[in-house]
Amino acid sequence: MTPDDILVDVKGVAKHYGTGETRVDALRSVDLRVHAGEVIALLGPSGSGKTTLLNVIGCILAPTAGRVELDGDAVFDGKWLRSDLRRLRLDKIGFIFQAHNLLPFLTAEENVSVVLDLAGWPATQGRARARELLDYLEVGHRAKVKPALLSGGEAQRVAIARALANRPRIILADEPTAALDSGRAQLVMDLLRKLATEQKACIIAVTHDEKIFDRFDRLIHLRDGRLVEA
Amino acid sequence: MNLAIKDIRHGLFRFVLTCFGLGLLMTVVLAMIGIYNGLVADALAVVKAPAADVWVIEAGTQGPFAEASSIPADTRDAVARMPGVAEAGAITYQTMEATHAGRTLRLYVIGFEPGRPGGPQRIAEGRGLGTSHFELMADRKTGLVPGDTIRLGRDRFTVVGLVEDAMNSGGDPAVYVTLADAMALQTALDPAAARVQSARGDGGLRPPTVAAVIARLEPGAGVALLTATVRQWKHLSALSQVEQEQLLLASVVDRARRQIGLFLSILLTVSAVVIALIIYTMTMEKLKQIATLKLIGAPDRTIVGLIVQQALILGISGLGIGLVLILLVKDNFPRRVVLEPFNALVLTGIILVVCLAASGLGVRAALKVDPATALGG
Repeated sequence: MTPDDILVDVKGVAKHYGTGETRVDALRSVDLRVHAGEVIALLGPSGSGKTTLLNVIGCILAPTAGRVELDGDAVFDGKWLRSDLRRLRLDKIGFIFQAHNLLPFLTAEENVSVVLDLAGWPATQGRARARELLDYLEVGHRAKVKPALLSGGEAQRVAIARALANRPRIILADEPTAALDSGRAQLVMDLLRKLATEQKACIIAVTHDEKIFDRFDRLIHLRDGRLVEA
Repeated sequence: MNLAIKDIRHGLFRFVLTCFGLGLLMTVVLAMIGIYNGLVADALAVVKAPAADVWVIEAGTQGPFAEASSIPADTRDAVARMPGVAEAGAITYQTMEATHAGRTLRLYVIGFEPGRPGGPQRIAEGRGLGTSHFELMADRKTGLVPGDTIRLGRDRFTVVGLVEDAMNSGGDPAVYVTLADAMALQTALDPAAARVQSARGDGGLRPPTVAAVIARLEPGAGVALLTATVRQWKHLSALSQVEQEQLLLASVVDRARRQIGLFLSILLTVSAVVIALIIYTMTMEKLKQIATLKLIGAPDRTIVGLIVQQALILGISGLGIGLVLILLVKDNFPRRVVLEPFNALVLTGIILVVCLAASGLGVRAALKVDPATALGG
């Protein structure tokens, strides 16, 4: 692996809430590097800091201390180094949610193309890219259907298509298989693995789903805000 | 991609229902504006009808509309002979109740001299008064039609014509009769009462009086000069048409106008609060979707646009529904409802401002949403 392959580089990141006796350390000096093509899992009990770390990498939450680099760009070093964090997320990060979080008023195709619309793609090209992704994820036949009429597996694949639409190299997934049965969970993991390999992206997933632990390259345990790699 | 329109289409039935509810509220607002305008228009209609330049009235009074005015009937001849006067006519006003077809009508009886100023400007149906006695022209709102007869005082009158929008400030529809008939209605007593008066030595030989004399001036003649000349007669006073209209508005309908104006202000405030609540609720229901949009990279302008566009569509749709409804039902109101395009324009401006201000609450809530809310199911 070369330094160019490092997509997520977190150094000495800490996050605490409150002060004095009420102080809670959600993250304590966490170091983490994730390379292109890697699929890693963040594990740990509730309150261990998994979601906090995911939010820090997703540029949603400012750490108290530390440095964060995403795809070669330093984005945090004691303070945010960029003011356009939403644009950064749009360009570099794809999110997959436990509950899909598809916009209920858009069709499956529109849920994917909305990201491209926000990124400034022309509408026709955005629709074509959305169809391409939906076909790739084998839900192209449901392109004109609203989320309420999609099955759990279909909705999750549409959510994955949305996460990939703008070709981000960092994909953050929060319990991506929690709402799926065992068979579909394996299919989703196969898909994420395929994407990581083909698009040279990295996948960081928070999960409690033991059935899919063997599908990750690394299992990273968090305990009391500290990182313990297994 | 217009997210506001997509969201509206997704919940179209609910949105339409909300617009309809707002539309009903707008109907009430427009009705109040119309009633407010109608009150003023009704009050002025009877003053404007004679198309007079000068009103000659009893000295020390505010004229025939604000308070009682009584001047000798032959004042008309004196006024008609004054320099600059093209024509003059005597006029009386009184309110009467009469029964027709089993219902009681409250009528504003206007006595005028046919062929002289004081009659209606336009006859909508039928003809004008053709004989000296027992004919009348009635406002359509009386429900009378040409050929009907109605008893006024001790005599029966035949309806020969219909006029429109002629009523007093209280909304009582007007009927026009000859001055002679009107004076008889004012002075004629019931036979028993007449006998009592006669026994008391009152022979009823008072000189005939009218409420006012109205004059139209020749081109170039000065209203101020004529009114000043008339005021030299100590028992008379004179008002220009503009003064008469201002006096009527200030003294007769001002309180009612202010009351309706205040009620209108309350209604507009209620509408603003309702619009704000609707928009705020619509936004709060979408907070998770807004958080998702923020998380995937939507800029603030996209989120603000979503809320503001929906607020404006809601407001304009509600106003449109309100306008259609009020135009459909306005003729069924007991009093005249007058809506001018200017009113609709002003209300549109107010609603736009209210919607923008109301969406500010929703925008504030939306902009405060943490995108992390979208994570964690």
